[in-house]
Amino acid sequence: MEALVAVIIGVLTACGVYLSLRRRSFPVVLGITLLSYAVNLFLFAMGRLTIGRPAVIDAAAAGYTDPLPQALVLTAIVISFAMTAFVIMLALKARAELGDDRVDGNRPT
Amino acid sequence: MQHLVIAPVLLPLLAGIALLLLRPLPIGWRRVLSLLAVLAQVWLALLLLGQAGDGGIFTYALGDWPAPYGIVLVADRLAAGMLLITALLGLLALLYASRGTDLEGRHFHVLFQLQLFGLNGAFLTGDLFNLFVFFEILLLASYGLLLHGGGPERTRAGLHFVVINLAGSTLFLFAVGTLYGVLGTLNMADLARRMAQVGPAELGLVQAAGLLLFGVFALKAALVPLYLWLPAAYAGTSAPVAALFAVMTKVGVYSIVRLDTLIFGAQAGDSAHLLGDWLLPLALLTLAIGMAGVVASTGLRQQAAYLVIASVGTLLIAAGLGTAGGLAAGLYYLPHTTFAAAALFLLADSIARRRGKLADRFAPDGTLSHPRLLGGLFFITAVLIAGLPPLSGFVAKFLILRAALPHPDLAWIMAVVLVTSLLALIALARSGSVLFYRARVVNPPAGGERLLPELAPAAALLLLCLGLVLWAGPVHEYTLRTAQQLHHPQIYIDAVLGREVAP
Repeated sequence: MEALVAVIIGVLTACGVYLSLRRRSFPVVLGITLLSYAVNLFLFAMGRLTIGRPAVIDAAAAGYTDPLPQALVLTAIVISFAMTAFVIMLALKARAELGDDRVDGNRPT
Repeated sequence: MQHLVIAPVLLPLLAGIALLLLRPLPIGWRRVLSLLAVLAQVWLALLLLGQAGDGGIFTYALGDWPAPYGIVLVADRLAAGMLLITALLGLLALLYASRGTDLEGRHFHVLFQLQLFGLNGAFLTGDLFNLFVFFEILLLASYGLLLHGGGPERTRAGLHFVVINLAGSTLFLFAVGTLYGVLGTLNMADLARRMAQVGPAELGLVQAAGLLLFGVFALKAALVPLYLWLPAAYAGTSAPVAALFAVMTKVGVYSIVRLDTLIFGAQAGDSAHLLGDWLLPLALLTLAIGMAGVVASTGLRQQAAYLVIASVGTLLIAAGLGTAGGLAAGLYYLPHTTFAAAALFLLADSIARRRGKLADRFAPDGTLSHPRLLGGLFFITAVLIAGLPPLSGFVAKFLILRAALPHPDLAWIMAVVLVTSLLALIALARSGSVLFYRARVVNPPAGGERLLPELAPAAALLLLCLGLVLWAGPVHEYTLRTAQQLHHPQIYIDAVLGREVAP
């Protein structure tokens, strides 16, 4: 399972980096979103991957999964959600005001 | 007393929410409320400075969860000093904004208070993930402030600013995740303590995370080569926002100093002084490239923005010396450069308003009213920034160079600092002569401009710099003690984790 999660994080990061280096603003927004997915998965995996273990105290439990990364991921998801909404609005505003959706705002000559 | 530590965080948050709910009130009331909130923050920061100045480190456990399990706020000398600088700068920027900038868009005062909320939180927090959260708060508020007033130029600079900071936040989280995965904690004092026990197998991982964090903070501080977002963003935004942003790069510098002295400080075993090899060369490069930008600028606001980059370089040279004396000199330079840069942004706006279509561009045949008063203030600011005697810039640069004397790379430091000072002098003298000597003097428009209230905030910032010279002794004494406190991270660690054993 570790290998699978690692590959997913790697692929998401690679796609995110590639897209966020593109010229138009829509792929950049998508790239940033993919990067935030990758980092959320990464944070989650940093608490070690376990299956079927409780996160809160339970008398019958044989072991626990680390609850802290889950809390961190929740915070990170909320923040990245807000940021994505903001950057989409800003990209639309830039498209309207600059008349172009290239991130540098200049048409290639 | 105990709750004093959290007060500077709560006050702007509550003020921001109150201002949001009180939108139906006339603007005058909201301005007064906003100004009162910032005044109260100055008072709180002074109280906290008085408490922390004696050398105590005050912690505040949120929800009374003891220190490595819960989030703590920590007020030491450095944090208290940064809070005071932020509050003073915020007060004067807000005074300037209350003359009309706040009407150019919506929610200016709300965003301004939330910006202060994020800044104060970032200075006070003792938890790495909490630092990330406060970074996001201050960034989100800064996006709104940066775009305040609108216009294509701001939108374009804003898009770059937002995207690069989002990428930075992602890297921040990767670093935080790695540190948590290896060390199992995010409390900065606990991280520092456990850093010494890292085994050889995980050393590389921890150091990679540390350098990644350094990269993120370098992005916020606009260190070379991560400074390209700054000039357009700072030059394009409104003057009071640019003035407040003078402290934003200092948040990055503050975080680098914390990372360098606490988490990777002297007690960190094999990772001790991890940033030492990187800090000084990058800082020298930043100063040189920033100053090249100052010389090449085509407008006064752009010049001010490059001066901010150069000041970050100078600041990190002082921090990169690795001695308490160097850090103390840097911490003396920090308020000076913040206030001087903010004053220059405000002055540039006043000048640009009087030059019609030319605005702040360096073109010789401009017109100007009140050239003597504006020129006089510009002259004082330029003397401050270029580091000429007798003002605080000179004292600060002298202290930095004196602290650099025993350093093995003294030749490089001397050369870069002195040559860039000369370049700053040339560039500012040229700007001044283009803007004032070669301008046609015109009479102010009939009806009278209210010049005094317009220039008062900038003049007050210059007076603060003057205060730094007059009380150079006590201020330097304070920064020296701050640096000594920072160079003994064990005090901080004990103060934060000491609560563990307390009943």
